[in-house]
Amino acid sequence: MDEPLVRGFPSTRHSAVAAARSADAAERARGLATVASVYWRPVYSYLRLRWRRPHEEAADLSQEFFAEVVQKELLARFDPSRARLRTYLRNCIDGLVANHDKAARRQKRGGGAATLPLDASFDFAGEREKIERLIETADSPEQLFEKEWSRAVFAMAVDRLREECAKAGKAQQYAIFEQYDLAPGERPTYAALAERSGIAVTDVTNRLFRVRRELRRIVLEVLRELTGSEEELREEARALLGAQGG
Amino acid sequence: MTGIDDSALSRLRAAVREPDLSGTRYRLAGVAGTGGMGTVYVVEDTDLKRRVALKVLDLPDPGIEARLRREAQVLARLEHPGIVPVHDVGTLPDGRAFYTMKWVQGDRLDRHLTEAVTLSERLRLFLRIADPIAFAHAKGVLHRDLKPENVMIGPFGEVLVLDWGLAKVLEDATDPGAARSTGDSAVLGTPGFMSPEQKSGSSAGVDARADVYSLGAVLQWMIGPGAVKPLEAICRKALAERREDRYPGVPALAADVTRFLDGAAVTAHSENVWQRACRLAKRHRVALAIVAAYLLVRAVILLFTGR
Repeated sequence: MDEPLVRGFPSTRHSAVAAARSADAAERARGLATVASVYWRPVYSYLRLRWRRPHEEAADLSQEFFAEVVQKELLARFDPSRARLRTYLRNCIDGLVANHDKAARRQKRGGGAATLPLDASFDFAGEREKIERLIETADSPEQLFEKEWSRAVFAMAVDRLREECAKAGKAQQYAIFEQYDLAPGERPTYAALAERSGIAVTDVTNRLFRVRRELRRIVLEVLRELTGSEEELREEARALLGAQGG
Repeated sequence: MTGIDDSALSRLRAAVREPDLSGTRYRLAGVAGTGGMGTVYVVEDTDLKRRVALKVLDLPDPGIEARLRREAQVLARLEHPGIVPVHDVGTLPDGRAFYTMKWVQGDRLDRHLTEAVTLSERLRLFLRIADPIAFAHAKGVLHRDLKPENVMIGPFGEVLVLDWGLAKVLEDATDPGAARSTGDSAVLGTPGFMSPEQKSGSSAGVDARADVYSLGAVLQWMIGPGAVKPLEAICRKALAERREDRYPGVPALAADVTRFLDGAAVTAHSENVWQRACRLAKRHRVALAIVAAYLLVRAVILLFTGR
């Protein structure tokens, strides 16, 4: 945790987009699982808001969408020089919905879902209420899709950060970060955190700083996995971390 | 996956954007603003015990880094009270390029002018904006992104032209290998304030008259609609489509605005006899009033005394 920061962009993990296009089945499964775990919430939210689909149908369509990603090898057909992955996937959702409305397509619904190499991270029912609240305040389906994408990227990065901290014996550093940066709504003061953790206020700021530095590295790592080229990575990083990032 | 609500998401974005100042003489004090290239933070210089502004890229990016460094170098060669001085340039431990400059507190021009400000005050303010630009041109530097958001009015009325990120160096005899521009050859600038030659993306064809055009747009914005004819003519000339039809440089534009303020004829506007008479009457209204008063008194004396 205390080693110097990685300069420039991280390259420790390979692109999940590239993995999803690999000839190796296990690699493909890993790539798709990563893409799906980040994108399922944006996809579901987008279907709810943009296409006005009720919960059940949006959940089914989300599953169907990822089945199509596999069956039609949509990631293999993705060209990062033409669009960002999330723009491409959003367009694919629009195509899916248009096709889905045809009766012939509807009969095939769910046909590919059973073969999906995905874990049980699609908690549509659990997230339904939260997403419905977000839908009420969203400016547009596209804005909601982007926001849910940002949230998923950070959530994945935070999960990895927690694992790394645990492995490195830095669980307390993570706990401070969790109580301060992940606190819902109002966050505690440094002094309150210091008292609660039995350390000095300067230790709180130092530990927070170190964890945030690691988080930055991991966020860039996650972005690398979710992009198909160096240029796309920079664009996405700028969108997520830059001044324009909403 | 970890649940992250909206407030935590904003905090996380800000946290990962925060510059790594470990091992430097700076300590983070706040955020001053954001721009196209990066973010400007307020930091404490622990060596000199003062607050300075630190501009840092949001990401390590060699292309944009070159632009940031070039901007710092351009600013460093422009020592003028209307241009923010640069103190330091370098790379942070997280790999991002930065430079520090004087921290200026004040209002951006677009916000400043929401207060009631008279026309002559606006024009004097405009002349103080034009001054650092004329100075930069004399040093061979074009700004290329002049607009109200890039002008700061300090608490003591000082005027500072900011954001030289798109500046272009016309001549650089001391540094022949240096890039000629802080931007690339793409279309750079802000629509509405950008000259036609900039809009066409022709970096080579841009000279001081591009800034004359932008200053004309700023002037037009500052005086608002319904201006008197000579001022309209000044704006029209500065904003001419063909640069050959514009003022040859910022001093000529500023001189015309000064003439207008002094009640003299402006070069951009040919007035008829009546307009000239009105202008002269307005310019010499005190002398005219004295003469009129004298003639009135003489008339009264003549009426009552017959002498």
